[in-house]
Amino acid sequence: MDPTGFAMMIALFLASAIRISIPLLIGTLGETLTERSGHLNLGVEGMMLLGASTGFFVAVRTQNVLLAMLAAMGGAGAGALLYALMTVTFRANQVVTGLALTIFGAGVANTLGKSVTNQSTPRNIQDLFALQPLHPDLSGVQGIPVVGPVLQFIDTAFLQHNLYVYGALVGSALLAFYLYRTHSGLHLRAVGENPAAADASGIRVVAMRYGAIVGGGMLCGLAGLYMPLVHITTWVENITGGRGWIVVALVIFVRWDPLKAILGAFLFGALEIVGFRLQAIPALSGSIFFSQYVIDMYPYAMTILVLILANVRRKKGWQGPGALGVPYFREER
Amino acid sequence: MPYLHPEQDTTERRRIDPAIEMEGISKTFGSVRANHDIRFSVRHGEIHALLGENGSGKSTLMNILSGIYMPDQGTIRLRGREVVFRSPKDSIALGIGMVHQHFKLVEPMTACDNISMGTGEGLLQARGKAVSRIREYSDRFGMPIDPDQKVSDMAVGEKQSVEIMKVLYRGADILVLDEPTAVLTPQEIEHLFAILRRMREEGASIVFISHKLNEVMDLCDRVTVLRKGETVGTVDVRDTTPRHLIEMMVGRTVDLAIERPPVGDDGICLDVHGLIVRDVMGVKKLDDVTFRLSHGEILGVAGLAGSGQKELCESIAGLLRPQSGRILFHDHDIIGRSPREIIRMGVSMSFIPEDRLGMGLVASMDIADNIMLKDYALYGGFLLDRPSARRKAQSIVERLDISTPGIFHPVRKLSGGNIQKVILGREIDLSPKLLVTAYAVRGLDINSSYTIYHLLNEQKRKGVAILYVGEDLDVLLELCDRILVLCGGRVTGIVDARTATKEDLGLMMTGLAAHGEATA
Repeated sequence: MDPTGFAMMIALFLASAIRISIPLLIGTLGETLTERSGHLNLGVEGMMLLGASTGFFVAVRTQNVLLAMLAAMGGAGAGALLYALMTVTFRANQVVTGLALTIFGAGVANTLGKSVTNQSTPRNIQDLFALQPLHPDLSGVQGIPVVGPVLQFIDTAFLQHNLYVYGALVGSALLAFYLYRTHSGLHLRAVGENPAAADASGIRVVAMRYGAIVGGGMLCGLAGLYMPLVHITTWVENITGGRGWIVVALVIFVRWDPLKAILGAFLFGALEIVGFRLQAIPALSGSIFFSQYVIDMYPYAMTILVLILANVRRKKGWQGPGALGVPYFREER
Repeated sequence: MPYLHPEQDTTERRRIDPAIEMEGISKTFGSVRANHDIRFSVRHGEIHALLGENGSGKSTLMNILSGIYMPDQGTIRLRGREVVFRSPKDSIALGIGMVHQHFKLVEPMTACDNISMGTGEGLLQARGKAVSRIREYSDRFGMPIDPDQKVSDMAVGEKQSVEIMKVLYRGADILVLDEPTAVLTPQEIEHLFAILRRMREEGASIVFISHKLNEVMDLCDRVTVLRKGETVGTVDVRDTTPRHLIEMMVGRTVDLAIERPPVGDDGICLDVHGLIVRDVMGVKKLDDVTFRLSHGEILGVAGLAGSGQKELCESIAGLLRPQSGRILFHDHDIIGRSPREIIRMGVSMSFIPEDRLGMGLVASMDIADNIMLKDYALYGGFLLDRPSARRKAQSIVERLDISTPGIFHPVRKLSGGNIQKVILGREIDLSPKLLVTAYAVRGLDINSSYTIYHLLNEQKRKGVAILYVGEDLDVLLELCDRILVLCGGRVTGIVDARTATKEDLGLMMTGLAAHGEATA
C-alpha cells in the first residue's frame, strides 16, 4: 500500500469515527447538563430511544426536519419531565426511576417504530444531512508536494461532515460557555454541588433542576434521532444499541466537561469501528480478536474499564457534582 | 440595595420601629412543637443574643426568619412592615442574611463564585465588578479574603468570613449568626467580634446564637431566652448575670462548676510513642505523636477540626493502622489487633461525629438494639439475648436520665443530647479501662453537657483513663488534668490544664507557639 493511500485510509477512518461519535457526544452533553444539577438520570438510553422514534416518525410523516427535531426533543423531554417529577418533586430513588425510564422509553420506541419500520429517511432530509465541505474548492493545491496531501488529509478527516456533526460541536462549546461563563451556569453548578448552599443564596433549586433535567433529556432525544435519521436512515428495533449506557460512563470519563466530551465521544466512536476496519486487513481477519462478535464488545468492555479507572483515581481532585444522586428537601431536619 | 442608609444617623434609627418583630410564631414538625407563640424583636444597631438549650427552638425560629421554614402561625414585621417569606430569596431581598453554623458554601468553587452566587444580573458573569466589591467590604470590615481562593483550601475562620461576606454582599443589614464561634480559635473569635462590633456601629442588627454565656455577656446588648419552644423573656445584658441566664434557659439553678477529682495513682494505662499515620494519599495525618495517659486521668485533646483527632482515636480503637510507632495498652502493643480484640481488652470508644449518627449508632434501630450491637461480640451465641439487652437499656435510660418515649423508640428520633447519652451510656456500661471520647458534648446544651461531665468524672474516680477530644477550650481547661494540643497532626504541646490559658492553647492550635513538657 502506498503512503498516500494509507493516509487516505486513516483520514477516512477518522471521518467515520467522528460521524459515529455524534450520538455519543450529544447524549453526553445532555447527561452532563442533567448531572451538573445533581441528578443522576440513568434513563439516557430510554430518552434516546424516545427521541429517535418520535423524531423519525414525524420526519417520515411530514418530511420536515425542524418538526422532526422538535418531536425528538419533545418525546425525550417528556420522558425527562416524568423523571424530574418523580425524583425532584417526589424524591423517588434516582437510579430506579432512571432504569424505569429506560424500559419505558424502549417500549414506547419499539411500538411507535413498528409503523415506520420499512420507511427510510425522506430524500430532502437525507440531502440536508449529506456531507457539507467546510472550505472552498481545494483542487488547485492538490498538485503541491507535502502541503497538498496534508491539506487533503485534514479535509477528508475533519472538514467534510454533515450539519449534525457541526451542530454537535457548536453545542459542546455553547454548553461549556453556559456552565463556566454565565450566571445561570454558575447557579446550576452550585445546585449540583450543594443545593442547601445554593438555596440559602437565593437560587431556585427546584426550577434549576427541572430545567437541567428536561434540557438534558431534549439533548438525549436529538442524540437518539441521529441514528435513524442520519446514520442508518431507516428504523430498526433498539436502534441506539446501548449507546445510552456508554454515555453514562462517558460523562464520568470526561469529568462532566462538555469540551472533553468531544474527545471522549470520538475515542469511543473510533473504538466502535476500529475492529471493523482492521477486519479488512487479510492478516488479521482470521484472528478471534477481530471476529464480529468480539468487535461488538469493545465499546462496552471499554465502558467497564473506564468506570474501573475512574474509581481507581477517585481519591484525587474533583469527583463530579457533590450532590449527585442526593435528593434535596429544604425543610429536612 | 445599599448596605446602609447613611443619611439616617444611628441614634435616629434606634428611635423608630425595631428592625425585626416576630410575634406569635408557631411551627410544628409532625408531633414535635418546635416553636410555640414566640415573641422576638431586635432593634437597629444592636447585637441581640438568642439563647436556649438544644431543642428550644432557636434554629427553627431563625430558619423561619430566613425563609427556609414557613411558620404555621404568627406574623413577622420588618422595619415596621408586615412580611411573608416564601423562600430564602424573599428574606434575602429584604436584607436578612443568615450565617449558618454548618457553612453553606460550595467547596470546590472560589470565594468570589460563592459570594456572588445568586446575585448577578444579566447573562454573563461580571467577575471584575464582584471582585472589587468584595475588596471594598474586605477593607471596610477588616476581613481579608482572597476572591480567587477555593473554599476547600480555606481555614475555618476564612470560610466564616466568606459566609459573612456573602450576606453583606447581598446588602443585608440584619445578620443572623448561628453558633458562629463553635469552631473558631480564641484569636479568630476576637477577630469575628471586632467585625461584628464594627457592623453594629454602622447600624446593622445582629442576632447572635450561642451556648457560650461569656461570649454573650462580652458581645451582646440584649438577650432573648427560649425554652422548649417558648419565649422565656428578653433582658438587657447590663442587668443580668450568666447564672441568671442559665436559670432562664434551664428553668432551675444549675451548678456551673465542673469538678476536677485528683488524678489516680494506678500507673500508666496508655503509652503512645512516635505514632505516624498517613492517609490514602500518603499525607501525614499524625506525625510522631507521643504521650502517656494514666489511670484515673483525663487527658484533653485540643486542636482545630481535622488536626488528627479522628486519626488518633481510630488508631487507638484499631480502626486505622498506623505506619509506625507504638500504642501500648497496659504494656501490650495493640497496633495490628482487630477492633473486637481491643474492645475485649477494655478500650472503649465513643466518637460523636459531626452528624452524631454517622458512627456508633444505627439510627433507625431502637435503644435496646443499639446496645446489643456492641454486646454481641462479648457474649457470642447465635440468638440475641433480648431480655438482658432490654434490662440494660432500661438502666442506662434511667441512670443517664435520657428522655425518650421508651427503649423501643428509634434512636433517630431522639434529640442530639439524648443520642449522645445513649452512646456514652453504652460505652460506660462495658466497664472500660480506657475510654476514648470525641466531641462528647458537641451541640449539647448546658444541662446535658454537665450530665456528661459528671459521668466522665465518675468514670475517672473509678480509675478509668479517659482521652477526651473536645472543642470548647473553657471546658477542656476546667475538666481535664492535662491537655494535648494537635496542630496538623503534630503535638504542639502538652500542658497542665490548671495553669494553661485559652490564649496559650489558641496559639498552639495554630502552630504559632509550641511548648509544654518534654514528650519523651
